[in-house]
Amino acid sequence: MGVVLGTFPMHTKQVDYRRRDKIDDELEMTMVCHRPEGLEQLEAQTNFTKRELQILYRGFKNECPSGVVNEETFKHIYAQFFPHGDASTYAHYLFNAFDTTNNGSIKFEEFVMGLSTLLRGTMREKLEWTFHLYDINNDGYINREEMTEIVRAIYDMMGKYTYPALKGDVPKQHVDAFFQKMDKNKAGVVTLEEFIVACQEDEMMMRSMQLFENVM
Amino acid sequence: MAAGVATWMPFARAAAVGWLPLAQKTMPKPPVDKKSRSDEILFVNVSGLRFQTWKNTLDRYPDTLLGSSEKEFFYNEETQEYFFDRDPEMFRHILNFFRTGKLHYPRHECIQAFEEELAFYGIIPEIIGDCCMEEYRDRKKENQERLAEDTEAENAGDAPLPPDATLRERLWRAFENPHTSTMALVFYYVTGFFIAVSVIANVVETVPCRPIKGSIKDLPCGEKFSVAFSCLDTACVLIFSFEYLMRLYAAPSRCDFARSVMSVIDVVAILPFYIGLVMPENEEVSGAFVTLRVFRVFRIFKFSRHSQGLRILGCTLQACASELGFLLFSLTMAVIIFATVMFYAEKGTKGTTFSSIPASFWYTIVTMTTLGLLITAIHYQLLIQLLMSLYFHLQYLFMWGHVGLSDLLSCCVPQDGDGDSTPLCVKNRSAFEHQHHHLLHCLEKTTNHEFTDEVTYSEVCVTDSVGFRTSRSTSLSSQQGATTTCCSRRAKRRAFRLANSTVSVSRGSVQELDTLHVTKTPAGTQYPQSRSSLNARTENLKLNCDDYTAAIISIPTPPANTPDESLPNSPAIPGILRNSRSSTFNTQETVKISSL
Repeated sequence: MGVVLGTFPMHTKQVDYRRRDKIDDELEMTMVCHRPEGLEQLEAQTNFTKRELQILYRGFKNECPSGVVNEETFKHIYAQFFPHGDASTYAHYLFNAFDTTNNGSIKFEEFVMGLSTLLRGTMREKLEWTFHLYDINNDGYINREEMTEIVRAIYDMMGKYTYPALKGDVPKQHVDAFFQKMDKNKAGVVTLEEFIVACQEDEMMMRSMQLFENVM
Repeated sequence: MAAGVATWMPFARAAAVGWLPLAQKTMPKPPVDKKSRSDEILFVNVSGLRFQTWKNTLDRYPDTLLGSSEKEFFYNEETQEYFFDRDPEMFRHILNFFRTGKLHYPRHECIQAFEEELAFYGIIPEIIGDCCMEEYRDRKKENQERLAEDTEAENAGDAPLPPDATLRERLWRAFENPHTSTMALVFYYVTGFFIAVSVIANVVETVPCRPIKGSIKDLPCGEKFSVAFSCLDTACVLIFSFEYLMRLYAAPSRCDFARSVMSVIDVVAILPFYIGLVMPENEEVSGAFVTLRVFRVFRIFKFSRHSQGLRILGCTLQACASELGFLLFSLTMAVIIFATVMFYAEKGTKGTTFSSIPASFWYTIVTMTTLGLLITAIHYQLLIQLLMSLYFHLQYLFMWGHVGLSDLLSCCVPQDGDGDSTPLCVKNRSAFEHQHHHLLHCLEKTTNHEFTDEVTYSEVCVTDSVGFRTSRSTSLSSQQGATTTCCSRRAKRRAFRLANSTVSVSRGSVQELDTLHVTKTPAGTQYPQSRSSLNARTENLKLNCDDYTAAIISIPTPPANTPDESLPNSPAIPGILRNSRSSTFNTQETVKISSL
């Protein structure tokens, strides 16, 4: 069955449906409907099988019939997993990490590539992805402010009612610990290589990473 | 959106990779997914109409028949499909609910049939989407009233009385349903005639007649023919009294009868006469007595028994009482304002009729009435309502040929709780729940903090300040947060606190710190709320009854030597069993006449 479906060519194109309305000439309503590349291409580019891609796409299409996810929807979806706290900040950074083309919306290909890296990628790929997540301004370095932002965003997801109670300087301590571990040359910023090396040395983290293998 | 959140679970878990470099502890092991990952298509045969759907689609709502293992009871090995001997048309809507997460109510279907189907498939009607909820509620209300009327009509029906009916019962039948016997009909018309006569006499009394011979002044007829009129009045009152007494005798429940509206009207109609008999011919009280005669005009309301329209009008007034009340209130406000204005405007003028504000009231009222504000406002409300109620009642009349006289009087909408939806117990915890729990657990490990709820949080704040160290088992770690569910507006109605599990802190005892282990079984009650916010909105309602009772049983009562502050856990525990749905299906405020 997968073969049969797989032979349907799905072209990449932006299909514009313009409504020629004489009255509303100014507002040209364009319904953008994005269709992803072919199944084989995606299979080649990612580490998923055709079947898995089909399942993923079905879910994706069900939620976002237009074929793209915008940031609002993304935040909304992610927030549903964390009802206790405020997941919007972290979702924002996640969105940017997935949106590799930086056009404000995530297409299915971007989505699936991100997933492939995170779930099926090599250790290095995962670490690189995480580094790009932390590197908010994409300058190749993680500085303190960026890290504080990320950490704060993560703590926001916990919400107000935690045990022990969240004190104000806990994120800061966390960031300090992080920099202590990662920033070997005390430059004040963490580069990609430093990050990868430090993570690979961290056995605990490696073990945790293993646990996330193949979470599908 | 809620339906497909399960789809995004892999994504959410993947995104958790981003926390890992920050985590100071190891992550917990992910749950093992026993089921095979590949999706399969299921065949569902509903009375011959074959549906196909992905297994995942049905698994989205594990508390329904189709989502749980209950459907295995309907599995047909030979044909490799699930067979349901139910309505295939309705099944379409059920299946659409699974697909889209929204339940729609088909307008052309009977509401009871729809509800039965929902009950069979284990879906609670409250999750009907907003687009169809209004319609559903209206139909339901209408249906309930129709049923209530039916049962009343049956009870007070025209079925022939059993032969051994007592005189009382026969009399009561005769009074309530006059067309059952000729005598009753005769009596009915006679009383009607005399009511008319009495009212006309009251009116004619005051008309000026030609003066008696020898006098010039015009006399009102009442004084000219005073004997005749008083005889007429006495006769009417006698007949009314007789009728009232007969009714009182025949009434099955005398107290209820005495309290009913019609009987009050009857009493008010005849009372002035008797009071007049009793009272002496005293100058002082005769003034008051004259006022009492005004009450004779209330005899006209006795026509209510004879006229259905009047009763409908009465019902309408009763039903839109709140609106009328508000109308009156606003008019009163306007009257007071304008009267004050008029008074102060005319204050300086000599000889003005607006000598005081109350004096100006009359002027204002008359003016407003003349302007027709009052009339149009009332008419708008009443007319619409009246027409609609008349329409429905006449429709009913024509359909069934009669209407029980008593049921029209009891026109208050029966308010009953919506006891039709029963909370389903969660039988099995879905893989989704496991995964979600794991995800939240990972977050806890990353931040090195645990989720709690408001109650424990405040407790712990106190505890911290007092300096006790409390240890809690990690199994209790991921607790229920605040009652925020991000899913629907309706969550407000159904949110209920699950504070039980968090109460594991016992204070006061210095020697030992026991941590109460709530035996949380894998039949997960830990995140019903999060699950509910992610899956159907209904799951708030479903309690894992067994688990909760187990949880309660296993919580020993906290030590008695706690400090003065009362433990907030005690009220929380009963809170679990309290299926506090504050949903009010039938709200009292505005009773829509359309469903009369």
